[in-house]
Amino acid sequence: MSALREESAPLVKAPEVVEVPASRNARLVSGSVLIVVGLLCALGLGLGSHAGYDARFGLSPAGAAIKIPALAVPARVAAIVLGALVIVFGVWRIARGFSRKAMRWVVAISIVAVVFSFLCWSCTGSQGTTLDLLGLLRQTIFLAVPLILGALAGVVCERSGVINVAIEGQMLCGAFAGALLGSITDSTAIGIVAALVAGGLIGLLLALFAIRYLVNQVVLGVVINLLALGITGYVYDALMAKDQNTYNTPPGLHAINIPGLSDIPIIGPLLFEQNLIVYAMYVLIVVIDLALFRSKWGLRTRAVGEHPRAADTVGINVRRTRYVNVIVGGVIAGLGGASLTLGSALPFGKNMTNGKGFIALAAVIFGRWSPRGAVGAALLFGFADALQNVLSFIGTPVAIPSNFLAMLPYLATILAVAGLVGRVRAPAADGEPYVGR
Amino acid sequence: MSEVDAAQAPTPSPAPLDMPPPSPSWWRRVARWLRSTNPIVVTTLAFVLSIAVGGLLIVFTDTPTRKAARYFFSSPGDTFSRAWHAVSTAYIALFEGSVFDPHISSHASVWQALNPLSETLLNATPLILAGLAVGLAFRAGLFNIGVQGQLIIGVVFAGYAGFAWNLPAGVHLVVALVAGLVGGALWGGLAGWLKSRTGAHEVITTIMLNYVAYYLLGYLLSLDGFKRSGSNQAISRIVDSNARLPKLFPSPLRVHAGIIMALLAAAIVGWLLTRSRIGFQLRAVGANQNAARTAGMNVGRNYTVTLLLSGALAGLAGCSQILGTNTAVTQDIDAGIGFTGITVALLGRASPGATVLAGLLFGAFQAGGVTMQSRTGTPIDLVTVLQSIIVLFIAAPALIRSAFRLRGAADTSSQQLAKGWNG
Repeated sequence: MSALREESAPLVKAPEVVEVPASRNARLVSGSVLIVVGLLCALGLGLGSHAGYDARFGLSPAGAAIKIPALAVPARVAAIVLGALVIVFGVWRIARGFSRKAMRWVVAISIVAVVFSFLCWSCTGSQGTTLDLLGLLRQTIFLAVPLILGALAGVVCERSGVINVAIEGQMLCGAFAGALLGSITDSTAIGIVAALVAGGLIGLLLALFAIRYLVNQVVLGVVINLLALGITGYVYDALMAKDQNTYNTPPGLHAINIPGLSDIPIIGPLLFEQNLIVYAMYVLIVVIDLALFRSKWGLRTRAVGEHPRAADTVGINVRRTRYVNVIVGGVIAGLGGASLTLGSALPFGKNMTNGKGFIALAAVIFGRWSPRGAVGAALLFGFADALQNVLSFIGTPVAIPSNFLAMLPYLATILAVAGLVGRVRAPAADGEPYVGR
Repeated sequence: MSEVDAAQAPTPSPAPLDMPPPSPSWWRRVARWLRSTNPIVVTTLAFVLSIAVGGLLIVFTDTPTRKAARYFFSSPGDTFSRAWHAVSTAYIALFEGSVFDPHISSHASVWQALNPLSETLLNATPLILAGLAVGLAFRAGLFNIGVQGQLIIGVVFAGYAGFAWNLPAGVHLVVALVAGLVGGALWGGLAGWLKSRTGAHEVITTIMLNYVAYYLLGYLLSLDGFKRSGSNQAISRIVDSNARLPKLFPSPLRVHAGIIMALLAAAIVGWLLTRSRIGFQLRAVGANQNAARTAGMNVGRNYTVTLLLSGALAGLAGCSQILGTNTAVTQDIDAGIGFTGITVALLGRASPGATVLAGLLFGAFQAGGVTMQSRTGTPIDLVTVLQSIIVLFIAAPALIRSAFRLRGAADTSSQQLAKGWNG
């Protein structure tokens, strides 16, 4: 009944949105940035790569039934052409400007162009180097799984108006509990349940202090992260490190090939030869994206996050909605933590999340609090991380110190939050405790 | 302490004769004070609660206790005595490592008896500075999580000035201190500049800059000229003795002039906040940025200046690490100070005086934790647990009040320390 009322068509047609064109100054700045990036791409990467060498990209795994020949691209030409494209974008931006929506595409295409040029450049260190593109993408997915789950946790939580800086702690506890109980019982199922419960408990702690005791949520998140770090570190040293065999050899989840789908070239080995957590992640992405904008729960969540008083007035229980969302968020982040230990059969290590929760948080902001955007951003950060792993193997024309490669995801995050996103708008009541009437 | 406060409380005005005695005796007043929500009572209760939670953590992970718990129903006393033993030895070692150790030999010098206190001051020095850094930003409504990165860059600058240059005594120390201060200020100011120019939230940028600084340090430690020649390990050259903060006492005591620097910094921050134009603008922006903007203040520039100052304090914490406590730069030079500094600032409620006390308390934890780990094998991570639980309870006075049935004002919200994403 209430759902009907909530979703009835608006009587007044929404006015057409008139977009304010970007100011001349803003166009000049962003256009010049594009031109500079394009020049760097064309001159640095284009002329920097060996003229005659082809960049070769491997696209099929070692034992694939259908072999796809490696993709060969003349590196120098590719980088110069793509660089020129970015320069054209920049000139157009200054001269005519793009609408806000078009600008988003321009930025996306430019990033892809520069990254592809960079990949071309990086395999011209010696003749015949093949960059395993499929491996790179597989690793991207692998590294992005905790980020995506963490980001979804953040979206679910923050859309209801509670800032979740504690994703890091929720993931860490998930990884920890999954490894500990998975090892003791030697069962992946119990390990995963433990991880979900641990993440949910940290979510409950966050919810209790944020909603009931009205503690500043950003500060609270940081303190909860510290608490999680302290407790897991303590138990690790006191228990797990002393007897690794009993307490810290978690069983790993096996990859499950989905019949039919896993035989599709490129996409099959990339997406459908994964473990259970990854499939759960696919389901969560779809479900959360649909539910947030198409279900009663989603409407209530957004209402509570944007205008809790109005939501309260129409009979939505603001606090209960927030409790549910924060705890569900914690559970999802706990699953992300489990992917670090149970998902890859790795033992737990002190502070093993190492900032992944914070990157997930950045993905939430970069993705403008939408599930799709957050997943896209998490994939981008996962790619940056995978790239540094791959580049440390193949000899690039100019050696890049491993520390600079390790910085990539963090620099990408800063650029994303500062340059590409600009002033973002969070849910209006995000971080505001609701005291009630 | 409590009696003094009670005695200083204003005496109630004399009651009319026909109304029998509302003038409570002194112990009633003390009892009332003890049951009210004031910072000292709340802090003490939070401390006690954290000790209790930490005790539970020790009990649950203590191997003898868990072994005894297997035959709990045949001999419950065993479990309790083992548990008590584990908890009490750990906490006694924590105390002995930070305040006074009765186990020193009788012919030891006075200086040796003071060693635990010296270690406490040594550990408190960077914590006070880091706490001031976080607290100063809190006052402007900014949450500087980037003390770690600012400290690292401060260490790099101060360390480089300390080992690469040859300057006369005195001058060298000042130059190295200024270098560290500038390094931290630049790294903090970068986050402030990003916020004022692009609106990037400082919480995200400062966290990311932490990692960038960390890997930058890793890169520098692989470079000739920064790295110690002939060493396989990632360790820098040794800071020149001219550039070191002098030790305050004879040999076994490690406490150095950094503690004086930290106290001076606290005094300066206190002056800055309450007496200077910058401090006034900073607090105005923190209290209500729209009002501050309407009053003609440049809010964006204020963000930059605040994080510049905050970063400078973090840089000084780095100076204490590289010019005082250690002599060479290593990858883990930060030693968790950046994040402990946040808890110090929260415990100190962003006021400079209280931050000094909070820094001393957590410095004592840190110093005692080392002793505890070496004597009883209790992992030092317990200290992190204690610190975060104390701060968690302090941040929620409503929780303490309901748990201990304290009376108090209806002020249920915690201080406005940091702003949400739209702030």
